Amino acid sequence: MTDTLLRVDNLTVSFPTRTGVFEAVRDISFSLGRERLGIVGESGSGKSMTGRSILRLIQKPGLIDAKQISLHGENLLEFSEKDMRKVRGHRISMIMQDPKFSLNPVMKIGDQITEGYRLHKKISKAEARTASLEMLDAVLIRDPERVYNAYPHEMSGGMGQRIMIAMMLIPGPEILIADEPTSALDVTVQKEVLEIMDRLVRERGMGLIFISHDLQLVSAFCDRILIMYGGRIVETCRADRLQDATHPYTRGLLNSMPQLAYPRPHLEVLARDDAWRDQPSVSGHLEASDVP
Amino acid sequence: MNYGIDLKDVSVWFGEGSERVDAVRHASFTVPEGGSFGLVGESGSGKSTILKAITGLAENWQGSITILGNQLGKTRSNQFYKSVQMVFQDPYASLHPRYTVDQVLSESLSLNTFDNIDQRIVAALDDVGLGQSFRFRYPHQLSGGQRQRVAIARALVLEPSILLLDEPTSALDVSVQAEILNLLTDLRQEHDLTYLMVSHDLAVVGHMCSNVGVMNSGEIVEILSIEDLRERKTNHPYTRQLLEASV
Amino acid sequence: MNTPTESGVAPRQETLRAWLLSDTPTSRKQAKLAALYRAWLSFRSNPMAMLGLIILMLLVGTAAFAPLLATHDPFAQDLAKRLSAPGVNGYILGSDTLGRDILSRLIYGARITLYIVTLVALLAPIVGLLVGTLAGYMGGWTNLILMRITDIFLAFPRLILALAFVSALGAGIENAVLAIVLTAWPPYARIARAETLTIRNSDFISAVKLQGAGAMRIITRHIWPLCISSLVIRVTLDMAGIILTAAGLGFLGLGAQPPSPEWGAMISAGRKFILDHWWVATMPGLAIFAVSLAFNLLGDGLRDVLDPKSKS
Repeated sequence: MTDTLLRVDNLTVSFPTRTGVFEAVRDISFSLGRERLGIVGESGSGKSMTGRSILRLIQKPGLIDAKQISLHGENLLEFSEKDMRKVRGHRISMIMQDPKFSLNPVMKIGDQITEGYRLHKKISKAEARTASLEMLDAVLIRDPERVYNAYPHEMSGGMGQRIMIAMMLIPGPEILIADEPTSALDVTVQKEVLEIMDRLVRERGMGLIFISHDLQLVSAFCDRILIMYGGRIVETCRADRLQDATHPYTRGLLNSMPQLAYPRPHLEVLARDDAWRDQPSVSGHLEASDVP
Repeated sequence: MNYGIDLKDVSVWFGEGSERVDAVRHASFTVPEGGSFGLVGESGSGKSTILKAITGLAENWQGSITILGNQLGKTRSNQFYKSVQMVFQDPYASLHPRYTVDQVLSESLSLNTFDNIDQRIVAALDDVGLGQSFRFRYPHQLSGGQRQRVAIARALVLEPSILLLDEPTSALDVSVQAEILNLLTDLRQEHDLTYLMVSHDLAVVGHMCSNVGVMNSGEIVEILSIEDLRERKTNHPYTRQLLEASV
Repeated sequence: MNTPTESGVAPRQETLRAWLLSDTPTSRKQAKLAALYRAWLSFRSNPMAMLGLIILMLLVGTAAFAPLLATHDPFAQDLAKRLSAPGVNGYILGSDTLGRDILSRLIYGARITLYIVTLVALLAPIVGLLVGTLAGYMGGWTNLILMRITDIFLAFPRLILALAFVSALGAGIENAVLAIVLTAWPPYARIARAETLTIRNSDFISAVKLQGAGAMRIITRHIWPLCISSLVIRVTLDMAGIILTAAGLGFLGLGAQPPSPEWGAMISAGRKFILDHWWVATMPGLAIFAVSLAFNLLGDGLRDVLDPKSKS
C-alpha cells in the first residue's frame, strides 16, 4: 500500500469565460497508492474535474496545469496524445455515472468489450472473447453468453454498470477512477456493484479513486478520503476516522445529513465561510496521511 | 374519522393489452390530517405513480382515492387544486425556463381567482426564505436550492392543506438538502399541512415522516411507524434489505 | 451607483447598462429587458451574425429609401443605351435589354424581395405553429388528422403547385407567394409538434396543470414561447431557399410579371445575353446571393443565442 502509483502535484484546472478565468480545481496535490482513495465534494467542488484531468480528458478551452501528474514516476503531462491513448483504458481506466451514456447503444456488448481489449493487446478474436466471458463472470453476471450477445438497452442499470467494470478492467489497468459509479443506481444494487468493484480492485492490487458526493458511502467503502470544496482539498482523513474530522466544512456536511438512527427536529445547516476558499489546499499525499 | 388522504386498493397501469405495465397494484394506506407519511422504494416501485394518480396526471387507475372526505373521479376540480399541491423532484425541470419567479407565482394565483396577488407573492417568497431580490429572476439565474424554494412557494401560494412531495431533495447537494428539509418541517408546522412524501432515501423519510409505506414492484409490502423502522422492528425481507443497504 | 427605484424605472443613461445587467431585477419590465439585452450582447459577439444582420438592414433600408437611392426610374427605357456595360453611360451597374438602369431596378426590386420574405415569414411559421402545437399537445384524433393534412401539403412540389395556381388564378407575385406559403408551412408544423411532444411531459407543464390551467392556456402561454426559438431559427435559415424559390418562379414567369423589377425575373430576362453582356443576369444574381447568405448567417447567429441547449 505504500507503493505510490500516482502522484499529482499542484494541479489547477481552469476555464476561460466571458467574465474572467474560472478555476475548477485550484492547486491541489495528492497521491494514490494501492488503496481506495475517496474524493468527496458537492457539485462545483472540482472532484470530477480532478478525475478527468488525470486522464487528460479535459477539452479546450479548459486548461490543465500541474507540476506533475506522474504514473510510476512518468509525468503524464509530457505524454503525446498518442501515448496518452495507450494509457487510457490500459493503465488507467475510468467508470462514469450512467452506463446508458458510456455504452454504445448500437453495438453488442460483447463486441464493445473485446474492441477495447484488442486496442491494447494483440490477441485473436477468440481469445478476446474467452477473456471477456471470464470477465463478465467475474462481475457476477449470471449468464455471460447471453449478455455477450445482447445490446445495452436490454440491461438494467446495475448490470450495465457491472458490464462497464468488466470492460474497464479487462485490459488490466493499475488504476481505476470511478466517477459517481453508483449514483444512478438503486440502493440495493449499489451495494452489489461496490462489492464487486472492491473485490476486483483488491485481487489485482490496483489503486482506486472513488469520486462521489456521498460522504457516508465513501467512508464505508474507501480507505482514505479527500474532501474538496471550491476546487481545493480542505481535509484528508482515514475513512474510519471520518467522525473525528476537524474542518468546519466536513463537520458541517456530516451534521447536515439526516440519519435514520439519530432523529433530530432540525438538521444543522452548513454555514459556508468564504475563508475556506482562500485557504491553501491540504496535501493529499501519502506521506502526509496517517494511513499505515 | 376523516383522513387527509385515504387510498383503498388503488391500481395504476400504463398501456393496453399486451403492452400493459402495472405500475401500482392494490395499494392502500391512510394519512391523517396534519400527518406526515412517507412512501419509500427503489426506482420502478411505483411510489411516484401513486402521486400521479392522486393529482390526476395518471389516466388509467382504479380503486378509491379520498381526499379530505371527497372521493376523486377522473378529473380534478379547482377546489382540489386549492387543497392539494405538489412539489416535484427536479428543480431544473419544474420551472418554466421563460417565466420569472413573479410570473410563475402570479399565474398560479390568477388562475384561481385570488386577490391581492402582489401581497401574496411577497408573503410567499418570505415564507420560503427567499428575499424580494429573487422575485424577477429567471430560473437559470437561480441555484438548485433556490429553484426548489420557488417550487415550494408555488405550491403553497394556493393555500393547500395537503402537500405531495416527490423526492424534493434528491437532486440537491447534501448541504442544500438540509436547508430545504428544515424549511419543509417549519412550513408544515406553521401552516398545519399534511405531507405525503416519496423518496428512495430512508434517512430523509425517517427525518420528515411519522409513518412509512415500503413499496416494491408496485405493491406496498409493509406499513410501519418510523420508530419501528428505526429500531428495525420489521419482519418483511424487502424492508430488511432496504435497511441493510442504506449505510 | 444608481440603485433601481421601487417601480423599476430606468435610471440615468450612464448606468442603463448596469441596470440592464443587474442580478436582481425589481420589475417585470426590467427582467424582460435584461433578458433581451443579454441575448443582444450574446448575438453581438458573433461577427458573422452581425454581418448577416447588417446586410439585411441594408436590404430594408434600400427598400425603404428606394426613391432616394435610385439613380434612374426603374421603368424608364432607353433603347439607344441598351446593354451598356457597368459604368458606361451613367449606368453604375449597366443597363438591361431595354436600356433600363440595373442598379435602380435592383433597388426597387429589394421591395419585392422584402415583400415576399415578410409574407412568407409571417404566414408559414404561424400556420405551422398552430397546427403542430395543437396536434402535439392534444394527441389522439386531433394529432392524426392534423398530421395527415400536413403530410398532404408536404407532398406538393412547390413549383407544380405554383403552376397550378397560376393557371387557375393568373400569374402574379401574390399567387406565387401563396403557393410558397402553402408548401412551406408543413416542416414548421413538424418542428412545432416535435418540440411540443418533448415539452408536454415536463414537470413545469404538470405543475401548471395542477394549478388549474386548461389546454389552451398551456399551449399558448407555455408551449408557444418555447417553440418560437426553433421556428425563428428555422425560418431565417429557410429564407434563402424561399427567396430562391420566388426567384425561380419569377424566372419561369410565374411570379412577378414584367415590367416589375423582381430579381428572379431579371435573371431570366438576362440569360440570353449571359456570354456577351454578363452583367444583366449576374447583378441580380449577386443580390440574391448576398441576401440569402445574410439570412443564413443571421439564422446561425440566432441559433447560438436562442438554442436552449446552450443556455442551461
